[in-house]
Amino acid sequence: MTKTLFDKIWDDHVVKQIENGPSVVYIDRHLIHEVTSPQAFAGLEKRGIPVFRPENTIATADHNVPTIDQHLPIKDKLSKFQVDKLTENCEKFGVTLYGLNHPYQGIVHVIGPQLGITQPGMTIVCGDSHTSTHGAFGAIAFGIGTSEVEMVLATQCIMQSKPKKMKITVGGKLGKGVTAKDVVLYIISQVSTSGGTGYFIEYAGKAITGLTMEGRMTVCNMSIEMGARGGLIAPDQTTFDYLKGREFTPQGASFDKAVENWSNLYSDSEAVFEKEFHFDATDIEPMITYGTNPGMGTKITGKVPSYGEMNKSVEKSLKYMGLEPGEDLIGKEIDYVFVGSCTNGRIEDLREVAKFVEGKQKAENITAWIVPGSKQVEKQAQEEGISKILEKAGFQLRQPGCSACLAMNDDKIPQGKYAVSTSNRNFEGRQGPGARTMLASPLTAAAVAIAGKIVDPREVI
Amino acid sequence: MARGKFKNLVSTAIPLPMENVDTDQIIPARFLKATSREGFGENLFRDWRYEANGQPVNDFVLNDPSFSGEILVAGKNFGSGSSREHAAWAIYDYGFKVVISSFFADIFKNNSLNNGLLPLQVSDEDLVEIFALIDTDHQVEFEVTLASQSLILPGMGKTISFDINPYKKECLLNGYDEIDYLLNLKSEIAAFEQSRV
Ligand code: SF4
Repeated sequence: MTKTLFDKIWDDHVVKQIENGPSVVYIDRHLIHEVTSPQAFAGLEKRGIPVFRPENTIATADHNVPTIDQHLPIKDKLSKFQVDKLTENCEKFGVTLYGLNHPYQGIVHVIGPQLGITQPGMTIVCGDSHTSTHGAFGAIAFGIGTSEVEMVLATQCIMQSKPKKMKITVGGKLGKGVTAKDVVLYIISQVSTSGGTGYFIEYAGKAITGLTMEGRMTVCNMSIEMGARGGLIAPDQTTFDYLKGREFTPQGASFDKAVENWSNLYSDSEAVFEKEFHFDATDIEPMITYGTNPGMGTKITGKVPSYGEMNKSVEKSLKYMGLEPGEDLIGKEIDYVFVGSCTNGRIEDLREVAKFVEGKQKAENITAWIVPGSKQVEKQAQEEGISKILEKAGFQLRQPGCSACLAMNDDKIPQGKYAVSTSNRNFEGRQGPGARTMLASPLTAAAVAIAGKIVDPREVI
Repeated sequence: MARGKFKNLVSTAIPLPMENVDTDQIIPARFLKATSREGFGENLFRDWRYEANGQPVNDFVLNDPSFSGEILVAGKNFGSGSSREHAAWAIYDYGFKVVISSFFADIFKNNSLNNGLLPLQVSDEDLVEIFALIDTDHQVEFEVTLASQSLILPGMGKTISFDINPYKKECLLNGYDEIDYLLNLKSEIAAFEQSRV
């Protein structure tokens, strides 16, 4: 029988199929963080049961941590309580924690791949919807709710109905100034914010396989913004080269053996997908969003669309954004630039921004925050001299965490201000009450930081 | 954690005719700092419900005393975005037992079912009709019967039947907890692990 990559991994992890119901699926790696785990641990306590396989769960503090003065006690009482609770739970239940001030701390989806915890063929879950990021390695990775976190802690398994499969092929070669972020924003604008619901996506085609691992992670990361459970890409030499020598990847002869196994992870040529999309890389330009969901994006040279009489949701969205139908996006004045998050807070993203802003100065009207995705990214940026370049250009370099991506801490965009952000969500209030988020690539964000307004990055590189 | 058996209900409904209501709207991130499951209802739809200064927004439906009930009716693609289960907790904690929409985001649907909150999916046309009914009469009552998977629209003799996974239905009707189910499988799970090494 021909199988998709997804089928191969899924079938390999089904412990039991419930008649007329979901499958019991075995989970190889479970990542947890401070915000969606406390109620799950409380559940275990109430039942008086341990974590079933503590060695398969890894914890970090990222969502709710300050990004300045991390060496000091957390000022916000509730945040402190939540982060302390994680430490307490991890100690009590024997789970490895990369907490604040640990050299491995960082955004859960940045550290997993970086440490080699994420590997091809695995099932990976986390109480966070952007777990889809890990699919870039050819793993089935998806976000879960807290009740499910409790299930995985208690049994290393989860109950899931098998999703349908979708294939998105992007053929051709990306143009100058067009990045992985533009690719995925383009795909979402075409598929819509709910078009992927019920599906697991496989990305393929030259424009996808031509991406670095960082780029692939950016694409898979935003699968959830189409409503999909996750997205994955068949592992190849790029994947193996990235993984080689990482902390948790097999070493030496075991690595070669692993690569041999991983090399079987691809969709059979006759495999059937319930839905397919084909896109051409040459149609993709630098993208930016104008609305309040990630599907409301356009090429940066485009205009804010008009809405039909009946479309109250779009009307509400544009009103929130303070944009007029038919308005040009180029030239729009911006107040904040945020570079960071699990979508674009990796070393490659920082390098890209640094390369562009080197020797330049941010515009006066712009406040620019750059938040590395992990302690390791931060360290690397310092070693490569990137931090200096960014600081010289007027960027505020923060400490690792989710930061303004969800604005749980103090990193909030003020009411009514426009932020060009490299994160993944432009929902109302996502970056702070009343904040107006426009999603774009790190390159575009860098260009906007210098110009003080929306510019086409192709015009300035 | 299951919250007891799902009971049939007859109730008025509260309309929220917006599409793509994401979980950041249902419960904004800054209210996720609590470490228990209770109390989130207070901040349900916080930024639509209250001004920045804490004053209620008068024309938001939860602040309109002419609407009440245990059923929330919302536009297409409800519960998209963040996987936060806090969204389902907040809706349940506020007092809703059923959410009706023409489309639910996957994770939200799972989270609801795991908390005794019924995500009831109807067609786009039926949804329009339901909104119209509520619009005409805010006190109109709907009847939800899970066992027969039916939603009765009042006064028109119309019954809409809805889909639900049979297993999930059993769980809701009996108040079963999936974790208990999985815990009973522990030896099978251990055997599975053995078979893979
Ligand atoms: S960076 Fe943003 S999207 Fe990513 S895990 Fe953190 S909060 Fe979620």
